[in-house]
Amino acid sequence: MARLTPIDTAYFKSERAGDFAVIGSAVPRSDARAHVTGRTVFFEDMAPPEMTHVKIHRSTRHHALINRVDVSGALGVPGVLRVITHQDVPNNWYTVLRLIGVGPDDEPVLAEDRVLYRGEPIVAVVAETEDAAREGAARVTVDYTDLPAVFDVEEALADGAPIIKQAGANHFAYEGHHCRRIRFGDVERGFAEADRIIEGHYSSSPIEHAPTEPTGCIVVPQGDGRLRIHTNTQAAFFTLDNTALILGVPPTSLRVVGGTVGGGFGGKVDVIVEPLACIAAMLTGRPAKYVYSRAEEMQVSSPRAAERISIKDGVMDDGRIVARKITLYVDAGAYSRHSPYGTTKAAAHMPGPYTIPNVHVDAYCVYTNRTPSSAMRGFGVTIGDFALESHMDRIARELNMDPLRLRLKNAYRDGDMKAHRKIASGTALVEVIQSAADLVGHDLPPEYRAMSSTERPEG
Amino acid sequence: MALRHGRGYAAVNYPTGMNLGGDPSQALVHATTMGGFVVTLSSVDLGQGLRTVIAQCAAETLGIPIENIIVDTADTDTGPHCMGTFASRGTHRVGNAVIMAAREAREVMLQVAADELEVDAEDLETDGTGFVRLKGSTEKKIHISDVALAAHFRQGRTISGRGIYLKEPSSPVPETGEMDPDSCQAHACTVAEVAVDDETGVIEVLRLFNTYEIGRALNPALATQQVEGGAWMGLSHALFESTEPYYPHSREHGPVDFTEYLMPGPADIPAQTSLFLERPAGNGPFGAKGIGEMTANAPIPAIANAVYDAVGVRLTSMPFTPEKVLRGLDELRAGRAG
Repeated sequence: MARLTPIDTAYFKSERAGDFAVIGSAVPRSDARAHVTGRTVFFEDMAPPEMTHVKIHRSTRHHALINRVDVSGALGVPGVLRVITHQDVPNNWYTVLRLIGVGPDDEPVLAEDRVLYRGEPIVAVVAETEDAAREGAARVTVDYTDLPAVFDVEEALADGAPIIKQAGANHFAYEGHHCRRIRFGDVERGFAEADRIIEGHYSSSPIEHAPTEPTGCIVVPQGDGRLRIHTNTQAAFFTLDNTALILGVPPTSLRVVGGTVGGGFGGKVDVIVEPLACIAAMLTGRPAKYVYSRAEEMQVSSPRAAERISIKDGVMDDGRIVARKITLYVDAGAYSRHSPYGTTKAAAHMPGPYTIPNVHVDAYCVYTNRTPSSAMRGFGVTIGDFALESHMDRIARELNMDPLRLRLKNAYRDGDMKAHRKIASGTALVEVIQSAADLVGHDLPPEYRAMSSTERPEG
Repeated sequence: MALRHGRGYAAVNYPTGMNLGGDPSQALVHATTMGGFVVTLSSVDLGQGLRTVIAQCAAETLGIPIENIIVDTADTDTGPHCMGTFASRGTHRVGNAVIMAAREAREVMLQVAADELEVDAEDLETDGTGFVRLKGSTEKKIHISDVALAAHFRQGRTISGRGIYLKEPSSPVPETGEMDPDSCQAHACTVAEVAVDDETGVIEVLRLFNTYEIGRALNPALATQQVEGGAWMGLSHALFESTEPYYPHSREHGPVDFTEYLMPGPADIPAQTSLFLERPAGNGPFGAKGIGEMTANAPIPAIANAVYDAVGVRLTSMPFTPEKVLRGLDELRAGRAG
């Protein structure tokens, strides 16, 4: 019998009408038995005849010009079939979000004249065996001229910082602005009216998705000239469309087969392995497999971005927050991938689930000489929630106020306008707090107990 | 030196979907000859159970047993477009698309049955066991197998439907950030209880209490799996994980395998007590909101706040390593001494 979290049906009783036959019941997972008996078929269970293997020679430098790449050592390894360089990639520059109109293209599939992070792919080696491919990749030699690197988001934005991006600035430009802005009310007037100002600074390190199954694909050339791509992508058409654009082929020449993934958490949304495996298959006419090793998964697959968040609040002695100013830096690493999108999501999330009349947010998507970061579970929100809710605790301590009452006093309700000017609806912050208080026997006075997300009493 | 206990609180909301330029998902539903119903998608199941919950949405809408539903995922030759499985959007977007497709297919199914039974389609209902029947009658009914056979071999009709969920693109106003970035918001409140060893700096999370408001629990077992797994991930972020332990000062010492990249093992997992609230979303499938991502978030600040409650150290940088706790304690002592 499945373990079930109980549903407290006393809350929102009138809105929970509806009688369902299948919805709301604990139907067993259709894939559970196959998973636990080892019979689920993942892409790596494919074993097409004549399959080749792709391994990558990666940058050992954080930021450098590439003077010369010598692949002769790789070609001398028995079993090595081809070496792929940027010249073999029809449209080498891309960005995954161009499909929805976000640009510019800022990342090469394979490095051309420079590298922007340690681990950046420079050359792909295609071989009969995984060992030969690995050995071939290891024997590629690259002559570099090191360039000044920048590793810190605030240093990257400072005057005189080495500019690492071809666009001419170490930040993504949002319609001419340095950052994604939220402007609501008058934050300076809010600070002037506040009884006290409370500030805090919060930060995080990069995080790995740690899926059980590493990122990878197997590409199988078909008799009709098409390529069948078996992949663990989280987004089949995203992969197909971007791969077609990079290869410069009609989308109808590709077919993506997937659907079963051993953990993604956002790490399998980027389109990284499929284009090179397709090129390998096209050059050799044979199936090609490109899968990250665990070390690659941890070192060069997009991590969750490190963030740095500063919060300055104007607070009244009764606990009302009247102004909130947030500066947020997302470390995108060397290339955009999904970070401009995640940064906008971060800005839209502010100031948290609270109704604050004056809000000012500057959310920067910053480029540094680090592994490009990208989507991960809670994209743009997880670190923000850490900062926001740590700050709420700080305010409660400073005011000597119960932490749940502080949150209830400021909680957003239906009909409130959020800082990004959308009217809140379907809110339930008040109720989850009341319910959690009950779970731990945390006492709430009657006026807090009587609060509701569906109505806001006068005053 | 002592083990010191503390309690911390955190409350969060989380957007379902994230929309800068439209992010549609489509579904096709069709009946096979003997009344199997295939839901064709190009959506991906990440192990969270998308196929199962989609089958539930299809069965509920069609009014037939879930055993009759086949869910076909992620083949771009056969499946209609899906933007992908991310942004807590799978259940919401794909579920809505499947409901729309299944409604269209149900309409044809009832018309075919009406012709077979020689009644009006509006007078028919499904009973969930596989029969289409005349409302109020126990006699006048036909099994979906016979409906499908009639459609294929006698009436020459396809029992099929098309569905799409598209939230229109919203471009932020550059000056103000005015935008409509989500479809609905889910909510959570976490209370963490910790023990902090003030000699070693080690934080142990003893218990997590969570209330999650998720719109509607389409499958309470799968929802439970999300919240328990999510809380584990949050705890892991809070106390263990980093690919760059010395960020931003050095890229050295990055882990390359699971012996170096630390995550909680069974002994580190706290007791969890959770509760669901349901406030159905008007635009959600049967009211469901996306909860995949939210569940990892509230535990992180709840743990940080519990550590402050226990030892007075404000942890401002993730992860909360023993070193950071000890440095904080040293600063407190130095402050007292000064």
